[in-house]
Amino acid sequence: MKEIIRYLNDIIKGLCTLVKGMAVTGHYFFHPKLITTQQYPENRATLKMQERFRGEVIMPHDANNRHKCTGCGICEMNCPNGSIEIITRMIETPEGKKKKVIDKHIYHLGMCTLCNLCVKACPTGAIVMGQKFEHAVWDRSQLTKVLNQPGSEIMTDEKE
Amino acid sequence: MAFDIYDFTSLTSSIHEGLATFLPPVGVLVAEWLLVGISVLLFVAVFGLILVYLERKVCALFQQRLGPMRVGKWGLLQTVADFIKLLMKELITPNKADKFLYNLAPFIVIIVTFMAIAAIPFAKGLQAIDFDIGVLYVSAVASLGVIGILLAGWSSNNKYSLIGAMRSGAQIISYELSVGLSLITMIILAGSMQISEIIQAQSTGWFIFTGHIPAIIAFIVFLIAGTAETNRGPFDLAEAESELTAGFHTEYSGIKFAFFFLAEYVNLFIVSAMATVLFLGGWMPFHVGSFEGFNAVMDFVPPIFWFFGKVMFVIFVIMWFKWTFPRLRIDQILTLEWKYLLPINLLNILLMTLIVLMGWHF
Repeated sequence: MKEIIRYLNDIIKGLCTLVKGMAVTGHYFFHPKLITTQQYPENRATLKMQERFRGEVIMPHDANNRHKCTGCGICEMNCPNGSIEIITRMIETPEGKKKKVIDKHIYHLGMCTLCNLCVKACPTGAIVMGQKFEHAVWDRSQLTKVLNQPGSEIMTDEKE
Repeated sequence: MAFDIYDFTSLTSSIHEGLATFLPPVGVLVAEWLLVGISVLLFVAVFGLILVYLERKVCALFQQRLGPMRVGKWGLLQTVADFIKLLMKELITPNKADKFLYNLAPFIVIIVTFMAIAAIPFAKGLQAIDFDIGVLYVSAVASLGVIGILLAGWSSNNKYSLIGAMRSGAQIISYELSVGLSLITMIILAGSMQISEIIQAQSTGWFIFTGHIPAIIAFIVFLIAGTAETNRGPFDLAEAESELTAGFHTEYSGIKFAFFFLAEYVNLFIVSAMATVLFLGGWMPFHVGSFEGFNAVMDFVPPIFWFFGKVMFVIFVIMWFKWTFPRLRIDQILTLEWKYLLPINLLNILLMTLIVLMGWHF
């Protein structure tokens, strides 16, 4: 008798769980607003990427064409596949001190795996991950980018 | 030519008489065979394409996706484009395949579906053959399809194909029982195996309402077993993509693959049509007892729309199964059949017999 009750119980429970599952998918079916797919080339104007999306490495500059990169080279050391090359030069500050500043922050987008290690390692937060993802170009030399803009300087007065 | 959307008998008889005026009796027979054959062929091709499109859209909506959107408005021409692609693809026969059986298998599968469609009543008078044993004929013919699947798996000389075919064989032969027994349950209620009579018996109410409890149980069992019969839904382990690449049709390409593909969807239609005929009244409009006004309004909708509406409903439910439930293992499938569906079915037949004998149905 116990066996029969368990058997019937199995059937009823099974049917209930099946109906539960169908209710979930049925809810999706009758609520097309829940659709998450986006129609990419059409929605280009309104396309909003996720905050954590990693499109490329960029170096934000402020209105006075200044960035935060000290040229320390930690990002270059942390890059697993050598996508970053740091070229520095020595300058003389007004006080007469010699100081190393960034000359060229070279970024090979073609080799980059967007692993985010350089951004994590950067002590000053000079480089971040950008949202742009349409990187197709006609020549691969165009994939080698210089991240610091020409004539840019380091933000120094902020700390002093 | 008399044409009446409510009763196709006048149309078919006027075609018959029109042919008889300028052809000898044998010629009329041959011409009618050809006409029926061509219309079934057209129906299978067009309806198959529509079903494939619907499946992709319905699946997408269940999974919060959009589905095909690029080819034509809302991707309406997607399946047409796919079909053209399949027609143009190279037909590859593996070197060590059993050539004859390999080429024969897709034709067996597709011919079987044509044979089953012959007995499906689309509307009043719109049925190729109305056998005395229509229900038995459809279930017998539909079960022939497994031979094509087994042949395809065996002759491909591929381990995936063979495993898929064997699983499919074990599954279809087991679920044949449940389908047959749930059909018998309804035949007890109808008192006839002739499809036109079964539909006529439902003019006062569909069997799922007049047969109440046992009919509803039989309907659920039939839906589950029918899904398994068509190798779909949670029972698609014959082609289980993640384990067997594509199961029995792994080695097929081009139009031969399209035959298997089309046959699967037409089988889906046949199962839904049988469910419609036996449980939901076929092309019979929805009638409630003696509400004359309501019944007259329902009669206004042509039977062919009733039929396709109900078939689409059943197809939608089966698609709902497919895109909700995870695939069963082979032992789970056989457990479900032999330990659950079969005993339930046998008890259900007893219950139905009792109800019919005591006259407890409506």
